[in-house]
Amino acid sequence: MHLDLLLDMAVSGHGSRVAFGPRDGGLTGEDLAARSEVGAERLAALDAGHLVFVGTNGPAFPIALFAAARAGIPLVPLNYRQTPEQIAALIADLEHPVIVHDPALASLVADVDAPAMTTDSFATSVPDAWSEGPPAPSNGDPDATALLLFTSGTTAAPKAAVLRHRHLAAYVMTTVEFSNADEDAASLVSVPPYHIAGVSNTITNLYAGRRVVHLANFDPAAWLDLATRESVTHALIVPTMLSRIVDHLDATGTMPPPQLRTLAYGGAPMPATVIERALGHFPDTDFVNAYGLTETSSTISVLGPDEHRDALASDDPAVRARLGSAGVVVPGIEIEIRDDAGDLVGAGQTGDLWVRGEQVSGEYRGLGATVDEAGWFATRDRAWVDDDGYLFIEGRADDTIIRGGENIAPAEIEEVLRRHGGVADAAVVGLPDEEWGQRIAAAVVTRPGATPTETQLTDFVRAALRSAKAPEEIRFVDELPLTDTGKLVRRDVVAQFLASEGTTP
Amino acid sequence: MTDLEPGTKLASVVCATEVVVIRAPSQPVEITCGGVAMVPADGPDAHSGTLGADATDSDNPTLLGKRYASDETGLELLCAKAGDGSLACNGTPLPIKGAKPLPSSD
Repeated sequence: MHLDLLLDMAVSGHGSRVAFGPRDGGLTGEDLAARSEVGAERLAALDAGHLVFVGTNGPAFPIALFAAARAGIPLVPLNYRQTPEQIAALIADLEHPVIVHDPALASLVADVDAPAMTTDSFATSVPDAWSEGPPAPSNGDPDATALLLFTSGTTAAPKAAVLRHRHLAAYVMTTVEFSNADEDAASLVSVPPYHIAGVSNTITNLYAGRRVVHLANFDPAAWLDLATRESVTHALIVPTMLSRIVDHLDATGTMPPPQLRTLAYGGAPMPATVIERALGHFPDTDFVNAYGLTETSSTISVLGPDEHRDALASDDPAVRARLGSAGVVVPGIEIEIRDDAGDLVGAGQTGDLWVRGEQVSGEYRGLGATVDEAGWFATRDRAWVDDDGYLFIEGRADDTIIRGGENIAPAEIEEVLRRHGGVADAAVVGLPDEEWGQRIAAAVVTRPGATPTETQLTDFVRAALRSAKAPEEIRFVDELPLTDTGKLVRRDVVAQFLASEGTTP
Repeated sequence: MTDLEPGTKLASVVCATEVVVIRAPSQPVEITCGGVAMVPADGPDAHSGTLGADATDSDNPTLLGKRYASDETGLELLCAKAGDGSLACNGTPLPIKGAKPLPSSD
C-alpha cells in the first residue's frame, strides 16, 4: 500500500469536498491531487532525492507530502524552531535535497546549498489540460520511504526514524474507516508537521473525508476562537496545549467550542490534574487518549470516551486509575511487557514495552531496522498492563531512576507533587549519588502566590508513596524545559541541578 | 493466480473493480470478481470484458474503501475502485469485513 493509493481513493470517494482549509475556498481532494502531481513533476525535473519541508502546518504541507510520495522520494519535515546551523547540519546529511519553506522562514535556509522555493511558489498553478484531473499515479512501491522524521531527542541526540509507505498506509487502513466522516465534520490540527501526529492526522482525515483546519502557532485564545468560527468537531492536542486551554477558560469564562465532539490528546504524558479539570470544562465532548511513537506511525493504543467518563465517575480505584492509562491497543498491534532478562511479566508488573504490527517501522536512518527477528520493537518505554488489558505508560526507560538498586519511575512522583495545592508542575530526575547510585531531585513550578517549602513537599510525597521515593533535593523554578510539542527535556533539568551545584554532567 | 502479497493490485476483467491485497492468504487461492478470475491491475486483461448475465456475479457490487476478508484463508482485500461485480475467494462470496469503529484518535 502506497500513500498515492489513499489519495486516489479519497479523490474517488469524496474528492470534491474541502479537505484542508476554510469551508469556503479551501483545498479539495481533487485540488490536492493536481497540486501534488505538479509538485512531483517539479521535483523530478530537479532530480530531487529528498523533499525538505521547513514550514508550519497548513495546506502546503499535504501538498508537499503527496508530491514527495508521487515523486517516489522521502519527505523530511524539519523543526522550524531550530537555528539555521542546526537545520543546515540536518540537510547536509541528505542526498539531493530540495527545500520547500514558508516565505516567513526563508532566513532559516538562506545559507543552505540546495534548491529552495517557497510554499507559495512550489505547486500553485495547475495546467488547464487537467480539467478532468491529473494523470493517474503509477504504481508506487509500498516499500519506498515516505517520511524521515527526526525524533525529538529528549534523552539523546536526534535521529531520523524511517517510515515507509506500507507502515503509514497500514496505520490508516486499520484505524480509520474510509469516507466515514460526516460532511460537516472538521478537525483542528495544531501539532506541527514535524511531529508524527501532524503527519498521521493529515492522512487519516483525508482518508476519512474530514476537513482539516490548521492552526500554525498555538495559543489558547486563537485555538478556541478558530474552533468556534470553523465549527470544529474534532481536535488533537498535546497535554501542554490542553493545560493552557483549561487555564484560559478558567481565567476568562469563555465558553468551549459548541460543536466540539471529540478531543484527542497525546504526544506526552497527560497529568491527571489537567485531564480532570478538562473533563469538567468539556462535559459534552468525547475525550480520547492516543498513545504512540514516531517509530510506530503514531497511535498504537487508545483510551476511549466512555472509559474516560467511567473512570471519572467510579469509586473503584482500579477503574479510576484508567484516567491515567493509555487504553487498549488498536487492531493490528500486539504488545508484550518484558523484564530485564527478556521474559514476559504478568499483569500489574512493570517492564519494558515491546510492540509488533504492520505499522511498526522501528527503523532509523543509517542504523537499519531495530526490531528483533520476530518483528518486535523495543519502545524504550516502561509500562504495565492491568487485569483488563489497559496499558499504563510509566515513562522512558532512560528516565528511570535507579536508587539503591530500586527502579523508580519519575512520573509517579511527579503526579503526587502536582496534587499538592501549591504546585503547578514538577519534573523529577535522578542525580548521580555516591552512596545510592542516584538520588531523587525535583524541579517544581509553584502556583502563583503559593510558597510551599521543601520540607512540606517532601513530607507530602512521603505520605503518598514512601520515603525511598521522596525527593532528596527540590529546586523551585519559573518554568520547566519543554519542547514546543510539550515534552519535558529531562537532561536539561539534570543539567540545571548539576550546574547549580557547580558540577558538570 | 499470481503470487499474492500485501500491496499486490488486482483488477476485475469484467467491471471497474480494483482491489489491493492487505493480507496475503495462507494458501493459494482463486479470487474472482463477477465470476471471472481477477488479473494484475497493470496487465492487458484488466477491465477488458463485460459482466455476464449471471445474477450471483453481481449480487454485491464492490464498494470503495471497504475491506473484504476470508476467515478461512486469511485473505484480506481493500477495494480501491468500485465496480458492479461481486468478489469471491475459491468460489465463496467474500464478505465485507465488519469495521470495529475506533474512537477517532486523530
